Amino acid sequence: MSALGRRIVAWLPAVVVLVGVIALWEGLIRAFDVQAFLLPKPSEIARTLWDTRHELWTAGWFTFQEALGGFLLGSGLAILVALVLARWRILGMALLPFAIAANAIPIIAFAPITNTWFSPLNKSSKIVIAAILCFFPVLVNTLRGLTSVNPRALELMHSYAAGQAEIFRRVRIPTALPFIFTGLKVATVLAMIGAVVGEYFGGALNALGVLILTRARVFQFDEAWAGIVVACLLGLVLYVAVAIVERLTLRWLPSTSE
Amino acid sequence: MSVVLIKDVTKRFGETTALQGIDLVVEPGEFVSLIGPSGCGKSTLLRIIGDLIQPTTGTATVNGKTARQARTDRDYGIVFQDAVLYDWRTVAKNIALPLELARWDRRRRAAKVKEMLELVELTGFDNHYPWQLSGGMQQRVSIARALSFDPALLLMDEPFGALDEMTRERLNMELLQIWEASGSTVVFVTHSIAEAVFLSTRVVVMSPRPGRISNMISIDLPQPRTATTREDAHFFELVTEVREALHLGHDLERAPA
Repeated sequence: MSALGRRIVAWLPAVVVLVGVIALWEGLIRAFDVQAFLLPKPSEIARTLWDTRHELWTAGWFTFQEALGGFLLGSGLAILVALVLARWRILGMALLPFAIAANAIPIIAFAPITNTWFSPLNKSSKIVIAAILCFFPVLVNTLRGLTSVNPRALELMHSYAAGQAEIFRRVRIPTALPFIFTGLKVATVLAMIGAVVGEYFGGALNALGVLILTRARVFQFDEAWAGIVVACLLGLVLYVAVAIVERLTLRWLPSTSE
Repeated sequence: MSVVLIKDVTKRFGETTALQGIDLVVEPGEFVSLIGPSGCGKSTLLRIIGDLIQPTTGTATVNGKTARQARTDRDYGIVFQDAVLYDWRTVAKNIALPLELARWDRRRRAAKVKEMLELVELTGFDNHYPWQLSGGMQQRVSIARALSFDPALLLMDEPFGALDEMTRERLNMELLQIWEASGSTVVFVTHSIAEAVFLSTRVVVMSPRPGRISNMISIDLPQPRTATTREDAHFFELVTEVREALHLGHDLERAPA
């Protein structure tokens, strides 16, 4: 069987489940005559997706930019801070407990605050909340990766008279990469949550979160659901993009090579 | 000039005395094994020679320089019990790592890597990743890496301890061939008596609590050693001698002070 064929076969069970769930959803709603405000039929959501595609695309793109901006800003800063904390361990020991604690609190609760720091209509307010959400998991994972180096590997580098910069470049950062990607994948999800939920607390009229909220308020549930589907798809796009970069970067890992 | 000169070295970790009053001289071309039970400080002594840890008192001199200067000058290569290969680097790039750090240019590195792969009989495995190799092959890569920059001194910390007996004996033979071909000096940590006797020109017997040198036994088996060396009557005599020296060290420890 060709490689493509094997891939299709590997994905087949998941596709069957997806189709099955959608069919079941559609069937149950028809059978029990569930009201659309509780849960619309998938077929209706699909039709609305198509009918309002231009509006959804505009709103989705607007919110996606916020999520992407927050993701890049928060993750980038987190990796830089992790490098500093790993290089000067005393700083790391002083600050890591706070990073772990921050990782455990519902940062999304600060969204109304960032909305007042910047104008709610401005993308910056959502970029900032998304960035804060992304920051801590990436920081904690990166730091863990940078510091979980085999002590023998470090001794070996010392035996080559390698300096700290060389040790980071050639040992610590490569060792940390799988950890960093784990953090980044968590961050993609958080970035979309930050952007969309941030918009629930107030945002531009053409933003996806605002669209979902206003349609739900006026009982246009099929449109609200279509917005939710777009949010899901955009979140997946971001996640899959990171997963692809991970696969290309970590070719040397037995679990990612084929 | 001696390759290694250890003078009255003591190493304490907190309350524990890991090494006490160590004096050791290793001459060029020697193959010296440090043998002793766990906790006798043999690995600690090896790390002091390599300037990976510093002695509490006393001095370590390598090639007539301080151990630190020798490390900075890349005078020695080191091999651990685990191969400690960098997973993200291919076999060729693992061997080339010390050369990259020493700023060799690409062409010189490639030529050296090819030579080293031939030496450890891994030609054709250049582009394999470490996880694709067996334990014995990984350790050969590790040895090739340690020898790639032609260090005068090779430090080995139980390099074959994690391998099966067959692989271990084969690698022992290969190591001796490499040692002869390269003319380097080897300090080798092991807890296998047979391995120490088979490989060495001299066996340094250590005893624990506190770690110290309790005996030195010259191994006058003819060179080059071959598979039949292990069946030589004199080989068994020397094995017995080392074993008795180890037990004596152990009894000394138990005797009331």
